[in-house]
Amino acid sequence: MAPPVTVNSINPKVIECEYAVRGEIVILAQKLQEEIKAKPAAHPFEEILYCNIGNPQSLGQQPITFFREVLALCDHPSLLDRSETHVLFSKDSIQRAWKILDQIPGRATGAYSHSQGVKGLRDAIAAGIEARDGFPADPNDIFLTDGASPAVHMMMQLLIRSENDGILCPIPQYPLYSASIALHGGTLVPYYLDEATGWGLEVSELKKQLEAAKSKGIDVRALVVINPGNPTGQVLAEENQMEIVKFCKEEGLVLLADEVYQENVYVPEKKFHSFKKVSRSMGYGEKDIHLVSFQSVSKGYYGECGKRGGYMEITGFGADVREHIYKLASVNLCSNISGQILASLVMSPPKVGDESFESYSAERDGILSSLARRAKTLEDAFNKLEGVTCNKAEGAMYLFPRINLPAKAIKAAGEARTAPDGFYCRRLLTETGIVFVPGSGFGQVPGTWHFRCTILPQEEKIPAVVTRLTDFHERFMDEFRD
Amino acid sequence: MGVKALDYETLNENVKKVQYAVRGELYLRASELQKEGKKIIFTNVGNPHALGQKPLTFPRQVVALCQAPFLLDDPNVGLLFPADAIARAKHYLSLTSGGLGAYSDSRGIPGVRKEVAEFIERRDGYPSDPELIFLTDGASKGVMQILNCIIRGEGDGILVPVPQYPLYSATISLLGGSLVPYYLEETANWGLDVNNLRESVAQARFKGITVRAMVIINPGNPTGQCLSEANLREIINFCYQENLVLLGDEVYQQNIYQDERPFISARKVMMDMGPPVSKEVQLVSFHTVSKGYWGECGQRGGYFEMTNLPPQTVDEIYKVASIALSPNVPAQIFMGLMVNPLKPGDISYEQFVRESQGILESLRRRARIMTDGFNSCKNVVCNFTEGAMYSFPQIRLPPKAREAAKQAGKVPDVFYCLKLLEATGISTVPGSGFGQKEGVFHLRTTILPAEEDMPAIMSSFKKFNDEFMDQYADNWNRSRM
Repeated sequence: MAPPVTVNSINPKVIECEYAVRGEIVILAQKLQEEIKAKPAAHPFEEILYCNIGNPQSLGQQPITFFREVLALCDHPSLLDRSETHVLFSKDSIQRAWKILDQIPGRATGAYSHSQGVKGLRDAIAAGIEARDGFPADPNDIFLTDGASPAVHMMMQLLIRSENDGILCPIPQYPLYSASIALHGGTLVPYYLDEATGWGLEVSELKKQLEAAKSKGIDVRALVVINPGNPTGQVLAEENQMEIVKFCKEEGLVLLADEVYQENVYVPEKKFHSFKKVSRSMGYGEKDIHLVSFQSVSKGYYGECGKRGGYMEITGFGADVREHIYKLASVNLCSNISGQILASLVMSPPKVGDESFESYSAERDGILSSLARRAKTLEDAFNKLEGVTCNKAEGAMYLFPRINLPAKAIKAAGEARTAPDGFYCRRLLTETGIVFVPGSGFGQVPGTWHFRCTILPQEEKIPAVVTRLTDFHERFMDEFRD
Repeated sequence: MGVKALDYETLNENVKKVQYAVRGELYLRASELQKEGKKIIFTNVGNPHALGQKPLTFPRQVVALCQAPFLLDDPNVGLLFPADAIARAKHYLSLTSGGLGAYSDSRGIPGVRKEVAEFIERRDGYPSDPELIFLTDGASKGVMQILNCIIRGEGDGILVPVPQYPLYSATISLLGGSLVPYYLEETANWGLDVNNLRESVAQARFKGITVRAMVIINPGNPTGQCLSEANLREIINFCYQENLVLLGDEVYQQNIYQDERPFISARKVMMDMGPPVSKEVQLVSFHTVSKGYWGECGQRGGYFEMTNLPPQTVDEIYKVASIALSPNVPAQIFMGLMVNPLKPGDISYEQFVRESQGILESLRRRARIMTDGFNSCKNVVCNFTEGAMYSFPQIRLPPKAREAAKQAGKVPDVFYCLKLLEATGISTVPGSGFGQKEGVFHLRTTILPAEEDMPAIMSSFKKFNDEFMDQYADNWNRSRM
């Protein structure tokens, strides 16, 4: 008798969805890593260099001390009753821990909280949003989630009724969006970012894709914008953002603003502006536009991926819809409390005059300036490679160079039954131990090839990465040059 | 501009259909009253720390140290933390790929999954494979992931006990599947009759539904019954015969309040039965750090273990897990500590045992106090809470009360529970939130209020109930006697 849960009989949407960031190349890398562990001479490199995933602390980035002090005290509140604690923890971290614990009923960090997250923490986040944008934020609009990803899933769940519902997504995009749309049975409506203009987002392209989808009978419901961009790293100009907001208002689209890289901006000529701020400064209020803004504790300068902390701020929805969003959140009861606390710390970090302010700013600035340097070094290195062009990483944590693969290489890839960029990445991995994600995992203009590389290896490792990559690339081009 | 995408009319229907009473109408009303200054006793959700249960000391010490590893380098750390907590923190940090702040393997830290496998082996006497154990942000997420794999559309049915914990009904609803109820028998201590199961499956198939999986909650929620080994054998045989995946929700396995039926895992029984059953029946077992005597709900830590699933299916489940990147790392450490507890001789062992036993013994006493308290009330009958954390008394509402409920536009048990809330501040969940036989009403409370508060709570309940029953007494019936 055939068992019921085989690949032929599980939900086909599960089969359909893909997530290359932890896909085939990465699985191979893990295998090779095991092999090196067992036998160090097994491969022509000593270690695997994971440049596939925005996971800073796995590559040596240190957490922000103040945040960890507060979290440790909240994890074990009995410490606050001991006099010795003052010897080991900064005064303001102790104060902050007390403040946070007073906002949690019974100081019980092990209890399920309100399904949107602890009220006092949402108050702090709302205050942080207001301080950032200059426009008020309502704590009732905030839903704290286990990372930003579950919040994205919730919105897809709400919006997608059938495959006739479409979501406009940037190409290239972070494949959470394509995977989530597939899992929820909807249709991804692509809009292409323009590589020639630094990954520019043209409203004319949005209009074109929207009309094309409509003519196919797709009901387009939302527009995803990732700013700063992933994998592309561009930071939108404010005028550009205004055009996008106007477009969403006119077309009745929900604007899904993925702003998890808001603290990662590396160029002086660009600044992060939240879509909420842009909308409000255009005079658009709750009645004018549905806006969902996503933020996370995983990126920025804090890089606390493993904590799974994040939130979405939803504005412009009626009470009846909000009730259903709340209901969805309540089925999972609540997000993890430690992550909630961290989200509130990220949105209200130490201020001038606080005891920890100087050490906090030094840590923060050190990380951000290092990221900016690494972004530049790697960008320059890619641009020196034959057949490779690389746009500047204005923000986020990635570079997304384009590679013009020679016809011979494309043929060899075909014979190996792999996409050409996957072919290149696989070779790179097996010869150097460096792990990139093939561009096909993010989407690209058909016939073009890219790969995504993070800027996260520690600064002292970057020269080795550049050397290995450069040597490999020369050999590869020697082998496959036309 | 016409209809906008998130206008109510155009929301995904599956979302509109979902119900989750545990944080539904009663809870929202209780929160409103609390804001107005009324004292509320929240017994609506299994949330021990919210009702005064203290976290166990040792795990909190370990996780605090992992959170702030710079403490480990400080010469004064021994003033605040015992040596075994320090050693354990170092152990778990060494298992991570960069501390608590790095995404782990999407299935969870391999070293922790190994500890879970070792725990399962010690518990059941059969080896367990860490590769088939996935850690999740709470057991609920794991349940949702597995059901998402099984449910292809409304033609797929999942057997769910009635009464059930409404995560199952809500998830099936969201995924667009069909819930196939099987009724537990209240007069037989919420026992499970295989004939009822057969009937439920037959009815579903008659309607064209493909029944694909069966959920058991053992110990039960809200019903608290502990399944006997014989019952588990029947269930497993049934799943074998009917080609069903068995989903074993075993999150309350540490909460056992009687000695006749200790906890036995579905996996152990299945393995004991030997081939072909032990090799053919597909089983997914769920556990958590939220219940037991740990009660660490806020951490969101859980796991599922797969048995007899084909490797390709496991790969697909892995793929979906990887989209969420990884479960939260601090909770994974809580899970490691839970399955790999302190041993005699460890510095913190005695304190740990004292704290754990204190909680379990108190829960056992409170289970008894509540059951007896409910049974002393007019028109209330309550099965003993054999396990888990809840009491699920049957409230025999007189016809006049049901009529009054109808007038008020409320389901009868919701009507009763709202009145109970307004009169006493006790916030419960109406039985309709869990499912019950037609015309039979219940409410669910937890056994978690502090022991010293219990007598007052039960007498407050009794006063309300007995007055309610007198108010709506069926005079017509009485006069006929």
